[in-house]
Amino acid sequence: MMKSALRQRDVGRLRQIARLLPALALITVALQPHAEDPTRFNLGTPASTEDIAAQDIDVSPDGHGLPGGGATVAQGKIIYDQACASCHGSEGQGASAAALAGGNRVPPDELAADRTIVHDVGNYWPYATTLFDYIRRAMPFDSAGSLSDDEVYASTAYVLYLNGLLDADSSLDATSLSAIAMPAARYYREDRRVSGGDL
Amino acid sequence: MSRSHSNDALLLHRRQLLGAAVGAAVGSASAAIAGVSLAAEDSAAVRRLGPGPSPLGERSPFAEQARVPAMGIVSFTPHENLEGTITPSDLHFERHHGGIPALDPQSHELLLHGMVERPLKFSLTDIKRFPSVTRSCFIECSGNYFPFAGEESPPHLICGLTSQSEWTGVALSTLLREAGVKPGASWIIAEGGDAPLLNRSIPLAKALDDVLLVYAQNGEAIRPAQGYPMRLLVPGWEGNTNVKWLRRLEITDAPVMSRQETSKYTEPMRDGTIRQFSFEVDARSIITAPSYPATIAKGWQEIRGIAWSGRGKIQGVEVSTDGGKTWQPARMQGPVLSKSHTRFTLPWFWDGEATELQSRAIDETGYVQPTLRDIMKERGPGSGPYHFNPITGWLVRRDGELRFSPTG
Ligand code: HEC
Repeated sequence: MMKSALRQRDVGRLRQIARLLPALALITVALQPHAEDPTRFNLGTPASTEDIAAQDIDVSPDGHGLPGGGATVAQGKIIYDQACASCHGSEGQGASAAALAGGNRVPPDELAADRTIVHDVGNYWPYATTLFDYIRRAMPFDSAGSLSDDEVYASTAYVLYLNGLLDADSSLDATSLSAIAMPAARYYREDRRVSGGDL
Repeated sequence: MSRSHSNDALLLHRRQLLGAAVGAAVGSASAAIAGVSLAAEDSAAVRRLGPGPSPLGERSPFAEQARVPAMGIVSFTPHENLEGTITPSDLHFERHHGGIPALDPQSHELLLHGMVERPLKFSLTDIKRFPSVTRSCFIECSGNYFPFAGEESPPHLICGLTSQSEWTGVALSTLLREAGVKPGASWIIAEGGDAPLLNRSIPLAKALDDVLLVYAQNGEAIRPAQGYPMRLLVPGWEGNTNVKWLRRLEITDAPVMSRQETSKYTEPMRDGTIRQFSFEVDARSIITAPSYPATIAKGWQEIRGIAWSGRGKIQGVEVSTDGGKTWQPARMQGPVLSKSHTRFTLPWFWDGEATELQSRAIDETGYVQPTLRDIMKERGPGSGPYHFNPITGWLVRRDGELRFSPTG
């Protein structure tokens, strides 16, 4: 059985590689309706620009979607102490919720070697914009959406400061946030495994 | 009460016809009318009427089931108590990132926008008018290996975060055709309507291949814990991409790089990289019976388990009853479906000696379920908890008790 499994593995690998080739053709094929289906069913209602603006709060790594306004690290400390420290610890070291700072600035192979090293914003997050996006959509955990955009900038600034990525006297807005290069960004690779053997 | 009266009346009528001699216990009311004495009224031989039909079924009090909540963030499916391949809806595992929202389909809408010709809003009623598709499929959380009770870990701690349902909905490709995808689009960002508005980016090619927007689970409306009124079903891909309580789909030309696809659901690797977008669920199997905390007796047993792969069909499962020294093919229960739990069985005679039972799955791409040691070697000893699918085993002790063994 073991032997046959290994042979299968090679076959599978070839089949997977073959499967990737027509990937582009797939997009066109999938958009063809069943013969008996109309191209469109004319269901749903048009979404207006306002409908979209009311829901779409995505922030991209290039800063697209970041609102106006901004805040200083000092203002951030006030917000953080009030709204975040109870769960994440006064220095971001973690409490009932995960640590946001305080991990060693080590590369991924050291994280992979030792599970006790904290994955934090400084050693693991590839984009600072994600921090703003996530705090705005999901934090504080028990009252998501309660912070103003300026308060989100403030707490983002403070978490970056706790990670040594902003100075104590600096401030943050759309331009400066998108310009921050995160230490971990260069380690990210897309999963390229296609089949057996690759773990 | 009226029901049992009329039943008694019927019985009485028959008994009167048959004669009083037959008059064993029918209940005191009828006995009084018949004018006979019923000595055997309380006898164990009497078969009393059970309850009649009711609006909702219940489990036998002798076969109660429950999920196992843990760590405040998950509940595990108790695979040790299940047969077949479908997980009863109320036992489907849970992993929420901000609790279960209460969404009213009267007001809930799905917004479809971004790189499309026609940005659209759909109500649940709109969605249900599109051609429907039904398929069985597992959903597995990619962090699905928590044997924190050591050798006293039952199957639910080892892989209780995978569950299987028959899902019904509309192909995402149908919705995308309705909106008209613009050239250059390559990703789709799905966002839930839960408190943290959980969002994930999914390559458009996958979305067009087999992703469904589903509204029914095992024949009825999806349960709130599984995404009512609608969720994504991304067949074979890590649970987190199967966004529940779906409220928004945005077509883009790049991933949004949300926290759920950067800080979480990525793997630091021994080679110094961080592996991202590791979507596919790797092939895996587990013996669900016999397993801890069961005790077995000498003689014939049926070894039973489930196997599944996010890359397609399970091709086979091999079982070892001697701790991995030799392996034999298990019987596969058909139909074997793609990206679905598949049940395997193997008759086994236990001679009463200590041994270890193990299983390993092989999928149609040739992927062979690895050992824990292989995974650690490739990724690093501190890797995890995502995409852990090691071969696991059950130590059979001479007293018939079983214990979890991570093997490898
Ligand atoms: C009531 C407790 C609570 C409060 C208050 C709170 N958080 Fe959180 N935070 C959490 C929990 C729980 C998680 C993990 C959520 C999950 O995994 O889905 C989290 C996750 C995070 C993360 C992601 C961590 C990672 O490694 O991915 C960040 C960043 C964060 N919080 C920032 C903040 C900030 C900034 C504030 C204040 C504005 C805040 N939190 C307030 C509980 C809290």
